[in-house]
Order: sequence, then C-alpha cells, then structure tokens
Amino acid sequence: MGTSFGRGGATTFQQDLQNADCILIEGSNMAECHPVGFQWVMEAKARGATLIHVDPRYTRTSAVADMHVPIRAGSDIAFLGGIVNYVIGHDAYFHDYVVAFTNAPTIVSGDFVDTEDLDGVFSGLDAEQRSYDPSSWQYEGATVQASSGQREQEPDTRVAEQQGSPGSHSGEHQPSVSGSGRGTTHGSGGAPVPSSVERDETLQHPRCVFQIVKRHFSRYTPEMVEEICGIPQDLFLEVCRTVAENSGRERTTALAYAVGWTQHTVGAQYIRTAAILQLLLGNIGRPGGGILALRGHASIQGSTDIPTLYNLLPGYIPMPHAHRDEDLDMFIEGASTAKGYWGGMRSYLVSLLKAWWGPHATEANDYCFDYLPRLTGSHGTYETVMAQMDGGCKGYFVVGENPAVGSANAKMQRLGMANLDWLVVRDFSLIESATWWKDGPEIETGELATEDIGTEVFFFPAAAHTEKNGSFTNTQRMLQWHHAAVEPGGDARSDLWFYYHLGRRIRQKLAGSTDEMDRPLLELQWDYPTEGSVTEPSADAVLAEINGWDAEGRPLTSYEQLDEDGSTACGCWIYCGVYATGVNQASRRKPGREQSWVAPEWGWAWPANRRIIYNRASADRDGKPWSERKAYVWWDEDEAKWVGHDVPDFDPAKSPWHRPPAGATGAQALAGDDAFVMQGDGKAWLYVPAGLTDGPLPAHYEAQDSPFPNLLYPHQQRNPVRQVFSRRHNRYHPNPSQPGSDVFPYVLTTYRLTEHHTAGGMSRWLAYLSELQPEMFCEVSPELAAERGLEHNGWATVITARGAIEARVLVTDRMRPLTVQGRVLHQIGLPYHWGPNGYARGDAANELAGLSLDPNCHIQEVKAMTGDIRPGRRPRGAARVELVEEYIRRAGITADTGMEARGGR
Amino acid sequence: MSETELAKGGQEYPRPGREALVGAHTGRREPGPERRGEQPMVPEAEFRSYYGKPIINKPVWQSPDIPGYLFLGGLAGASSVMAAGAQLTGRRGLARVAKVGAAASAGLSGVALVHDLGRPGRFLNMLRTFKPTSPMSVGSWILASFGPAAMAAAASDLTGIAPGLGAVATAGAAVLGPPLATYTAALIANTAVPAWHDAHREMPFVFASSAVTSAAGLALLAAPASECGPARLLGSVGGAAELATGRLMEHRMGMAAEAFSEGKAASLHKGAQVSLAAGVLASLAARRSRIAGRVAGILLLAGSALTRFAIFEAGMASARDPRYTVVPQRRRLQERAGNGGPNRTG
Amino acid sequence: MVANPFTSLLEQSEPATASGYADHPPRMGFFTDTSVCIGCKACEVACKEWNHVPEDGLVFTGMSYDNTVGLGADTWRHVAFIEQRKPLGQQVTGHGDAGIRWLMASDVCKHCTHAACLDVCPTGALFRTEFATVVVQEDVCNGCGYCIPACPYGVIDQRQGDGRAWKCTLCYDRLGVGAEPACAKACPTDSIQFGVLEELRERADNRLSQLHGAGVADARLYGRDPDDGVGGDGAFFLLLDEPEVYGLPPDPVVTTRDLPEMWRRVAVAAALVAGAVALGFARSVT
Ligand SMILES: Nc1nc2c(c(=O)[nH]1)N[C@H]1C(S)=C(S)[C@@H](COP(=O)(O)OP(=O)(O)OC[C@H]3O[C@@H](n4cnc5c(=O)[nH]c(N)nc54)[C@H](O)[C@@H]3O)O[C@H]1N2
Ligand SMILES: Nc1nc2c(c(=O)[nH]1)N[C@H]1C(S)=C(S)[C@@H](COP(=O)(O)OP(=O)(O)OC[C@H]3O[C@@H](n4cnc5c(=O)[nH]c(N)nc54)[C@H](O)[C@@H]3O)O[C@H]1N2
Ligand code: SF4
Ligand code: SF4
Ligand code: SF4
Ligand code: SF4
Ligand code: SF4
Ligand SMILES: [Mo]
Repeated sequence: MGTSFGRGGATTFQQDLQNADCILIEGSNMAECHPVGFQWVMEAKARGATLIHVDPRYTRTSAVADMHVPIRAGSDIAFLGGIVNYVIGHDAYFHDYVVAFTNAPTIVSGDFVDTEDLDGVFSGLDAEQRSYDPSSWQYEGATVQASSGQREQEPDTRVAEQQGSPGSHSGEHQPSVSGSGRGTTHGSGGAPVPSSVERDETLQHPRCVFQIVKRHFSRYTPEMVEEICGIPQDLFLEVCRTVAENSGRERTTALAYAVGWTQHTVGAQYIRTAAILQLLLGNIGRPGGGILALRGHASIQGSTDIPTLYNLLPGYIPMPHAHRDEDLDMFIEGASTAKGYWGGMRSYLVSLLKAWWGPHATEANDYCFDYLPRLTGSHGTYETVMAQMDGGCKGYFVVGENPAVGSANAKMQRLGMANLDWLVVRDFSLIESATWWKDGPEIETGELATEDIGTEVFFFPAAAHTEKNGSFTNTQRMLQWHHAAVEPGGDARSDLWFYYHLGRRIRQKLAGSTDEMDRPLLELQWDYPTEGSVTEPSADAVLAEINGWDAEGRPLTSYEQLDEDGSTACGCWIYCGVYATGVNQASRRKPGREQSWVAPEWGWAWPANRRIIYNRASADRDGKPWSERKAYVWWDEDEAKWVGHDVPDFDPAKSPWHRPPAGATGAQALAGDDAFVMQGDGKAWLYVPAGLTDGPLPAHYEAQDSPFPNLLYPHQQRNPVRQVFSRRHNRYHPNPSQPGSDVFPYVLTTYRLTEHHTAGGMSRWLAYLSELQPEMFCEVSPELAAERGLEHNGWATVITARGAIEARVLVTDRMRPLTVQGRVLHQIGLPYHWGPNGYARGDAANELAGLSLDPNCHIQEVKAMTGDIRPGRRPRGAARVELVEEYIRRAGITADTGMEARGGR
Repeated sequence: MSETELAKGGQEYPRPGREALVGAHTGRREPGPERRGEQPMVPEAEFRSYYGKPIINKPVWQSPDIPGYLFLGGLAGASSVMAAGAQLTGRRGLARVAKVGAAASAGLSGVALVHDLGRPGRFLNMLRTFKPTSPMSVGSWILASFGPAAMAAAASDLTGIAPGLGAVATAGAAVLGPPLATYTAALIANTAVPAWHDAHREMPFVFASSAVTSAAGLALLAAPASECGPARLLGSVGGAAELATGRLMEHRMGMAAEAFSEGKAASLHKGAQVSLAAGVLASLAARRSRIAGRVAGILLLAGSALTRFAIFEAGMASARDPRYTVVPQRRRLQERAGNGGPNRTG
Repeated sequence: MVANPFTSLLEQSEPATASGYADHPPRMGFFTDTSVCIGCKACEVACKEWNHVPEDGLVFTGMSYDNTVGLGADTWRHVAFIEQRKPLGQQVTGHGDAGIRWLMASDVCKHCTHAACLDVCPTGALFRTEFATVVVQEDVCNGCGYCIPACPYGVIDQRQGDGRAWKCTLCYDRLGVGAEPACAKACPTDSIQFGVLEELRERADNRLSQLHGAGVADARLYGRDPDDGVGGDGAFFLLLDEPEVYGLPPDPVVTTRDLPEMWRRVAVAAALVAGAVALGFARSVT
C-alpha cells in the first residue's frame, strides 16, 4: 500500500466499516482473528451492506457473510485481476475519480515491456541476479536518479507483520536486489518522478497507465479465474457485479485483508492488485471505502512505525547504507522527494538525531549522523537464521516472539539457535524457543544432543502489558495507552526496563572510554526518570521524547513544526503531536457516545490524528463531496478551508484549484487536487514506476510449491525474483509438470483460530483457552478423508520435504474440494498455534513450511504450500526424519528443485 | 442497499445496533429463482440432536446409594405398618422383625442418602426449610421423623424398656411409614429424566406395591412362620401388584419405556420380574412349606430391590440418550400444532 | 421471602413478586440472538474468568469447533457449533447445490420463570433473586444433586471434587452493582443482549419479523413465550433451526408442574400401603 498510496498503513479505521455498502474480506478471517473489530462489519451488515468472504475455507467469517467464495490458496491475483478486468471491461470504474486522483493518465516510458509481451516477466529482469532493473518502468520523460539513498525499507518479514505493504511510509522506496539484500541505486523517495509528468486525461494514449493496466489484465477472464482459482464463473461474476454496483459516486466498498494475502512469494502484489481495484472503483480516502490492512500483534503497527526492523529508522526513514551515504546531505538528497511530505526528510532526521544525541548533535558534526549504524546487506530474520547456521551470527535476542514454533521452517530456527554463543529469551513462559536445547524435536530425533550444544541460554521473565505503562499502536494506526495495573511479580520486568538498564550498565562499563567507537553510546541521551520499587523507566517520558520538543523544551504539536536547524528534537516524526500540549493524547478515552462517530478524542492516530488518510479524495476535484451520502472532508468556500468529520489529510488552507508555483518542492509542490500527499506526483499509483522489486503491476504467479502450472504465463511458473534458499533442511517440491510432483498432491494452508494466539506463548499456557482448542488438528473435506482413509477424530500425518507432523483429523464440509484445471483439488487446513510445550500441545505446522519469501517484504510463504497426508500418527525418533527423507527420495528432490528464476513449470 | 448516509452533518440516522441480517443476501441483485431459501434438500430426519449428546444432565446420584435408598425407604415404610399390624394382632415375632427391619433400613437409607451427598457434612441443611415443591425436602422431614420413631420402637421392643413409649413410637412410625414408602416415587418422578418423569402417574403405585412386597419378603424371611399369614398374603398380593403396576407404567409412559428393555436396566428389569413372579408363587406355596416361605422372602426382597434398581438404571439410560427427551417432546409439539395450539418453540 | 410454595407453579406472575419481593427491580434476562454469533467463545472465557470457574478438561471432541460439549458445573456459557449441508437463508456459497451453513449459538441457564431446579432444592440453596434470576448459594448447597436431573435443559451440574451444584448466576454480583454480566459484556457482536426482559422480548419480536422479512425463514424464538412449559425463559434465544439441533429440548416442561398430581397419587398410594397391610392383617385374623 505504501507504493500505491504513499503510506504503508491501513487507509481507514475499523469503525468506518459501518459506512460501507459492501465489504470484501479476502485473505483474512476477520471474525476469528479480529472479533472485536468485526462488530463494525456486523454493524455495516445491519445497515444493509453486503459481506463477501473469499477464503479457501468456510470460516466463522464466512458463516455470517452474504457470500462465501472458496478459492484455491495462492490464486488471489488471478481472482482480483479478474475483477479488475471486469471493472474496466464493463466501464464500471469511477472515471472522474480515476482521472483526478490516480496516475491512470500518466504516460509510461516506451522502454517498459509488460509480462504479456515478455512471456510472463517484465522488462529489466536479470535472471542471473534474480532481480529487476526497474529503470524501464519509469514514467515517460522521467530520469532515473542514480546512486542515492538505498531505500531498502521493506519491513522485515513476519515480525514486521507482513501487511503486504512494502511498509514504506513513502511510496517510493527503493527496489532491492533480493539475493544480496542490497538496494540498487535508483532514485528513492520518488525522486525519479518529476513533479509534473506527462498525462493524458482522456486515458486514450496507448502508453498511459490506464491502457497498460487494461491490457495487462485483459487475459484475466472469468474462464481463467475459474480454471486457476477453482471458482465457478457465475459465482465469480456475482462478486464482480456486487463489488462494482456498490462502488462509484454514491456507494463505497471496503476491502479487508490480513496475512492470507501477505504470506506468499507474491504477497505484496496481492495487495497491489487490491489497491488497483479500489482505486479504479474510487474507494480510497472515502468513508466506507478503503483498504483495511488488519494487523496482528497488539502493536505490530507500532513496531513498524518505530521499527524493530533492521532497515528502517523511526517514521520510515531509511537506515543508511555502509559506504554509500557519506554524509547527511547526500543521504537526505537521496531519501527525500521533490514533491510531497517526504520533502521534509531533513527536518525529520535532524530532529530524530537531536532526540537521540541531544546537545552532542550539532550542525558541525552532521548532528551525529555518523553515529547511526550502517547496513551492509539484508539482515532480515530469515537471513539471520542462515547467518546463525553459517556461524556468522553469534548472539540472539528473542523478545516477544517464539520462532521455534511461529517461524517458517521451525527446524532451521532451532538449528540456528543451536549454533550460537548466547541466546536471550524474554517471555512470560518457557516457550519452545527457550527450551529446544533440552526437549526440542531434534533432541527426540537425535539430530541434536543437549551436551553438544554450545549455546548459553538466558531466560528472563517478561512483564505483561498489565504490569507496565505504554502504548499500543493498533491496526488503524491508533495509539492507545495502557496503564500498569500492578507491578510485575518476581523477577519479571518490562522490556523497557530491560533495555534501559542494559543500556545504563553498558554505559557504566564504558564510562571514561576514549575509544571513538564508544562515543555514540556514551553521548546518547539515556536519562529517563525511573519510578516505583523496580526502578521502572517512565514510559511517559519516552513518549514525550518521541513526540519531541522545541528549543525551549515545549512539546511540539505537529511535524510541520520540525526544523532542520537542530532547534527541534523528535523521536519519531509521524508520532509528533501525540504529546501535544504536554498531554498524553494516546491515553484519551472519551466515550464514543460523547463524541462524533469518528471519535477523534479516543487515543491518537498518526498522522496528525487522522482516521481516514488520503481523505482529500472523498471530495471531487472541486472540493465537493462526491455525493451527499458519502461526505467526509470537503472544501468550505466561506471559511476557505478544508473541513469535515476528520482531520483533513491535506493542507487545510490549500484550495482545490491551487496550482503550485514553478520550482516549488516538498508539500508546496502539491496541487489542490494532489490528494495523495506522500506521493512523488501527488497521485495514487495504479502502476508503480518505482519502489517494488518484482514489477510495476501484479501478475499471477504460482506459489513456490504448487500442484498446478501457471495458466496465465505458461513460461513463467513463479515470481522470478522471489527469495529462495536451497539448504539441506529447506528443500522445495518438484514443479507441477515434473515427475515426483504427485508425491505432494494437496494444497496446505496455515492459519489461526480465535481460541489461540500465534505461536501459542500467550494461549497454550492458559487453561481457559487451551480447553477450547486442546490439540493440533487438521481440517479436511469428507472427500479427501475418503480418498486417504482418514478417520474423523483420528490421527493423520502431514508431510512435506521439510518435515512431518501429526494432527487430529477434523472432517468437515467447510473444506470444499475445488475443480482446478479440470481436476479435483483438495486443500488441507492447518492451524499453526501448537508446539510441544505448554498446557495444550501438538506439533507445529511450521515444521512443514519452507523458506520462500516475498522479495519486497521478505515474508515467508505459509499460506499456500503442498504436501501429503496419510492416516495415523507420525513416526517417533529417528524414523520421523527417515520418513521425510523417504518422501524427498520418492519425489526426486535435489538442491536445484524449485530454484529457477526464469521458466519452470 | 445500505442505509448509510454520511451527510455533512454527520451520521444522521439511528444506530441500528447489531441487527445484522445474516443470511439475507443483501446484495442489490435479487436472489435468483434457483435459490430455494431455507428449503432443505432432503426432508429432515425424524430425530436430530447435538452430536448425540444428552439434552438433560444425567443425575449424579450413585448406585447403589440411591436405588438402595428407594428400596430401603420402601422396606422401612411398609415394615413399620406391618409392625403396627403385628403388634395389634399380637404377632410378637413378626412385630419384632418388622420393627427392627424398619429401624435398620431407615438407618441404612439415611446413611445411603448422606453418603450420596456432594457435601455430606451439610446434611442438616436439608432441614433448613420445608418445601412442598421438593419431594426431597418433604422426604427429609418424613425420614427425620420416621427414623427416630422406628428406632425407638425397635429399641423398646428389643430391650423391653418403656413399652408405652414404644407403642407410641410404633404407631408414629406406622403413620409415617406409608408416605416414606411412596414419596420416593415423587422424588424421582419429579425430574426431567424421561423414564422417571413420564412414569409419574403409576410410579407411586409401583413403589407402594414394591414396598409392601419387600416388607412381606423380610417378614417371610425372618419372622416365625406361624405369624406369617399376613406376610404370605401381602407378599403374593404385593408382588402381583408390583408386576401389574409395573406393566401398566411401562405401557403408559410412552417411548421412555424402551429404556427398560435395553442394557443394564433390561437385565435388572427381567430379574425383577422373574424374582417377583417366583416370589409370588413361592409365597403362595409358603403356607405349606417353611422353606418355600424363606425362599419367597428372599425372592420378594430381591424382586422389590431389582425393581428399584431397574427403574434407576432405566432413568439413567433415558437421561443419557437425547432421543428420549426429544422425540416425545417433538411429538407433543406436533400434536399441539395439529390441534391448532400454540407452537411453543415459536 | 417465604411465599406460597406453589405460587410459581400455579400462577403467571412476576417471579420476583411470587418469591415475596415486595419492591424489586424489573426482571432482567438475556436475549441471545444466535444469528449474529461468530462463535468467538469470548462469552465462555469471560464467564470463567469472572466467576473463577475451573478448567474442565482438554478433550478434542471433533464436534466442529466445540470442545466444551455442553453446559455443566464448569461451563456456564457454552457455544454450540453446527455444520449443516443446507443454505443459510439467501447466503450464496460456492458449496454446491446443498449449500452449507455453520450455526453457532451461545447457551446458558434459562433462569426459568418456573425453575425446576429451584423448586426441588431441599436446602433452599437455590433462590430467586430480586432480578428474578435463579442463583445457587454456594455456602448452603449440600450437593444433594436434586436440581441436576430436575432441570429440563441440562444446565446445572455437580462439580467434580467439590460436590456442590454450580451454574450461571446471571452474574448476580455484577447486577448488584449495576454492571452487565461478564458474558454479555464480552460479546463483540451483541449476540448476547442483556436487559429488562420485557424489553428484550419486544426487541426479539421485532428482530424475528425483520429476519423473516429478509427471507431467513428458519429464524424462530425459543423460550420467549411466557405460556410455555416453564413459563418462559429469563434467558431466551433466536435460533435458526429446531432447538434439539442445538442440544435444547423442543418442549421443556417444568417437572413440578405435575407435582401436585404426583403428590395426590403418592398420598393415594400411601393410603393403599396402609390399607393393604391393614387388610392383610384383617384377613389373616378372620
Ligand atoms: N484469535 C487470534 N487472533 C489473532 C491472532 C491469533 O493468533 N489468534 N493473530 C493476530 C496476528 S499476529 C495476525 S497477523 C492476524 C492475522 O489475521 P488473518 O490473516 O485473518 O489470519 P489467518 O488465520 O492467518 O489467515 C486468514 C485466512 O486466510 C485464509 N487463506 C489462506 N490462504 C489463502 C489464500 O491464498 N487466499 C485467500 N484469499 N485466503 C487465504 C485462511 O484460510 C484463513 O482463513 O490475526 C491477529 N489476530
Ligand atoms: N505457518 C504459519 N506461520 C506463521 C503465520 C501463519 O499464518 N502461518 N503467521 C505469522 C505471523 S503473522 C506472526 S505475527 C508470527 C507470530 O509468531 P511469534 O511472534 O513468533 O509468536 P507469538 O506467539 O506471538 O510470540 C510472542 C511471544 O511474546 C510473548 N510476549 C507477549 N507480551 C510480551 C511482552 O510484553 N514482553 C515480552 N518480552 N514478551 C511478550 C508471548 O508470551 C509470546 O511467547 O507467526 C508467523 N508465522
Ligand atoms: S485479542 Fe485484543 S486485539 Fe484481538 S480482538 Fe481481542 S481485544 Fe481485540
Ligand atoms: S434452566 Fe435449569 S438450572 Fe436454569 S433456572 Fe431453569 S431449571 Fe434452573
Ligand atoms: S445440589 Fe445444592 S443446589 Fe442442587 S438441589 Fe441440592 S442443595 Fe439445592
Ligand atoms: S451471566 Fe455471568 S455467570 Fe451467567 S453465563 Fe454470563 S458470565 Fe457466566
Ligand atoms: S461472545 Fe458473542 S459472538 Fe462470541 S461466541 Fe459468545 S455469543 Fe457468540
Ligand atoms: Mo501477525
């Protein structure tokens, strides 16, 4: 979504779903995974909205939907592309919106060659390097700026939550070469897009984005959708009609997705397809519209905003790269944009450096820019695991995650940890990631022996959110403060405590050092007040620093106040305002009935407490609401400003007819109808000329492991630039037309249940939740059960080239066999919550998952895999390994299987 | 068509609450003619349930505590009447057996009852209140008064102490005996257990006959044969009545009667019938043979006990199987609907 | 508080009044609209948390997503899951001609107008509150177990290792301080609606016609009718299939409705015992 709209967050908020006329939930099981937010879907339904759920399984969401569409896992681009084709083909797109606010009229460079003309790949593919050179994707007349900041800001992996957006706050981050993890050097931050580009508002120019999109999706026909997705044409067409009829001037359709879309080797492009669809239908920035990226962990949005990611600084400022960004000026030049709010990059970064190094940061020393760490490559979690196995990574903090269960290829996670010098685990309970060395699966199979493991494991009990102050940033970018109810018991301490005191002690140890290397640490502003009997650092003080202050120490109210002269300090520019007037805005809890339905006084949402972003687009070019029943933000002639139900996502005083003066930069360069204020051209992007690693448009590719050849691109089976790793414990399945592919005939998909949470650390130890779903199980159709002799309530063993697990069998009509490419396909459902520890136990689904990643976000493909199933429990001990080996032999799998970039089928 | 209106003034319509029309297919297109709505493809099977799980919770009462209690209560109650009769007609031996029998079984039944409590220590809470809507409350009061009376009567008889008081106690126990013998029918019939509740009309009479049968049995077994005339008569009449009322009960209780012909209840039931029939014959023969009298005593006691155990087990079985709850109730509904009565689930 | 014990059996009155409360709040209850239930089980967990109900076993049942099985001493809210090969109203699915639907319903004690459990409790542990709900006093119950088979819905049960009978209290402690029951509070879709029973009934009637109007012909109310065998439930439901499909009795009757007749027959039978024995002796005398 970052590349399409400008910011990598949900465009709307859950309460706004009530205003939708139709809600399409696809790639999410919202009722089960976001039950509280789902009340707004129910409210929309109460108002007459139509709810469509597209999911391989009939779930608790489907149960209350108006339409359930069973789909083959891993085929959503074909499905959404089919809708795009329908919308264009039936002239159902919202013409005025598309012309006004998207890049549909923009002319693309003649160098660009589409997949349709290049056998399934885009121009610029370097198959050897497994990467694209995106220069040919540029707009007509745009020059590619060389060698500037590496905006390698794909949020790292699953921990980053995979909401499919390449996570960038700006839409313009840098393509990266997935193999090396190092960005290529094209202008980042929208710099390649000149502020005025060639446009054909009649949309007729053969190289305008609209025509390119139209041609690109023209083969995504209902017949194709039926063949690829297993969805009957009449059902598909009913979805098309419903969505189209509920969009346009008078009506809006909202779209919600989560990790059912992101956890694919083409995950980011799933969301891109959705973005194209929603833009064509005119549903972005408008009430009851939008794309709701449903995020996972309580503050996972927060952990990308103020990231735990290796490649980002707070507020989506890219992390500088070693050897390249010699100084601050060069970095800023590369990372900021000529037009739009990224133009303020210097102010944001300088203020951040001032927040960190305070008085030590001066203009003379580039505000300590040199103190920032530098990237030397890709350091995502999965690369880190490889580095552990290869001996390059010696120590590991596991804080708030349970990779031995929750990460794809759980075995590699454990083997990596077994090769460390030290491991720190901070958690509530003794999760599998803390005990694998004594009772993990490899101990049972004999692949590891406790006495041979050199890793020193430290376990620290963690304090829960009820035992500490702090904020959560939820799925709709809203910060909500939580107050400690009790002090943590025993040795449990908050993570804030841990890192603060760890830092304090390190600084104590280094005190007096004159080594240059220690200066960044010693000069750091590390003096938070502490409170209570456990000397807990004040979370409030941290929030105040994140908000920032001016030279006099007064809290700032908006990031527009940030200055590049070092007079302001701000820990995260997009959060500036959360402590406005010295009040913790995140802790506001004015009841809904005492304020408008938008509830601006509940918590605080970035940016600037806006709830629907790009809301300038809820009004037409002239600033009038597109329709009376969808008024949200509009231009008030009398007051000469933008007004409405929400904080306008636009300069409040800029008239709709404003035209920027020549030579204007940054926000000043935005015209009165440039509703997508973060974008280098002020427009939403149907076609992404820069910022994605795997193409400017989404194309349907089959999953890494798929039982079917790619019908749309017969000569290109998979995403050519997906990330794959051929390792002993990470083998892939044969291509569908190769011998041995029938060894893994079924599609596996993994997901959550309401009753448990992710890798189970917070649910499998709780009796009340454990009793609700006590054991690992698999969901199969009666037809598959009959085919494989599986007994309801009995046991089954599920096998891939990575592992074998056992699960209880739940035979259910909710799993529907599909007819795909003329044959019956069975899908097997696997919840992934269990592991061997805790109160409710079971094998972990991630023993089955291989590492094959989306090249933009490095997210593992765990939503569409293949595998085999057979009745009975799995073998114990070494025989478990032997079973997997036998399958590998039988399928003829080698180190090269599934590794090709080009071709393959 | 959604009702949403976001006018400039805000949401100007009442919040609909959570009245989502699930299953309404609110798409703008009318549902095609091929949709049959709720019409099921195949006619519903007559009987459906939730995974075959019981509808009611089965009693937590244990065997032999509770069936034993039913039996002992009957034995005690009828024996105390017999004791009074014997006393009045000067059958001292019979009177002693009946008194001691009544006292002992009252005592034992009390033990069984307390033993079956989840919190035996709180037995006395039974006497916190008196509730006619609770046969157990009524029964507790009866047992609480009957027990001391029967014990006093027996003690006086055995020791010869305070014969006057003994006579009063004997009379008292004789008055309380019949309700003690029959209230247990209300005790178990006043539940939702199909094989019990649906037998509530005949159960008191089955229990009454069974009580008489057992008291006669005890007398035949332990009292001097010379005094056993009434016992022989009561044994054969009681046994026959028990068989007859039992038949009637099964006949009239409807489907729940099937619970008597399956599983454990069936064997117990069969055993009861055989014992009773044999006991009746034996007591008829007892006039001529002492041995026959003793045998009749054992058979009648056993028959009576088995009747209670059979009823108990049939009840448990009918509680476990949802058919017994659902089918009769559904039939009732259908009949009512057929009669134009209100549909109670509607 | 002691009132005519049979009033509740004989009359159609406000149960709190019948129980002797001169001045009492309106009757409170639940309307559980199962058509909007999403089966999240938040109600089950919230109830256990609030009332400290113990965990009762980790058993994978294979009964769809229901591993709780039914109401009992350690389950005061139970969410049923029913998978059926038939369409839900006008829902469109890709599941062939038969269609598919997944019914979910959160069950609870019905707080019957004529509550058999309460009627039969010999200790008075079960009592009628001023809100007309039915509550066990855990310090009085002696575990006689009578209430258990008396309940026509299979709600109340004995707790293993504890011996006493337990069930939903309709969060008496919360009602007392003006709070909503924990389960209703936790329900994200308002499938569980708590309120004044009269109002709930009205709301339910409207809801039923709304659903019928929308073509969901299967919708029906259960336990709403004050004329039914238990005098109407304090907690009633909107169901989408026959009650027995959800594990509910189709036509429950409070067992004590027949008790007067039983007492009459018990009395006659007792007289027969006395008479028979007397006659026996009389015959033998002559
Ligand atoms: N109760 C509960 N709630 C949670 C969590 C939890 O563990 N438990 N986890 C939280 C977290 S961390 C996250 S990220 C979110 C995730 O929320 P969701 O993404 O909603 O959760 P999942 O169950 O992983 O996947 C959603 C659905 O995707 C479907 N699916 C699988 N493959 C495909 C596909 O190829 N196409 C389509 N269209 N659908 C597919 C699955 O059948 C599943 O129903 O939930 C959050 N909420
Ligand atoms: N096969 C498959 N694999 C998946 C997915 C899938 O759909 N399918 N989904 C992926 C997704 S979206 C996610 S988010 C991951 C989740 O995977 P993980 O993040 O590895 O799993 P969690 O169980 O959420 O781990 C969080 C841990 O943090 C602990 N914790 C909670 N609060 C605190 C705290 O305040 N401090 C500290 N120190 N610890 C705390 C909890 O006890 C818990 O053990 O799994 C991913 N893996
Ligand atoms: S677990 Fe928390 S975030 Fe998830 S639905 Fe419940 S309340 Fe919301
Ligand atoms: S449902 Fe059962 S437990 Fe609840 S009040 Fe009625 S009879 Fe008593
Ligand atoms: S078990 Fe307790 S609550 Fe139930 S009837 Fe007996 S004393 Fe009353
Ligand atoms: S009302 Fe209270 S006690 Fe009853 S089910 Fe709900 S939460 Fe549990
Ligand atoms: S909380 Fe509400 S929606 Fe969730 S299972 Fe219970 S009744 Fe259903
Ligand atoms: Mo997640």
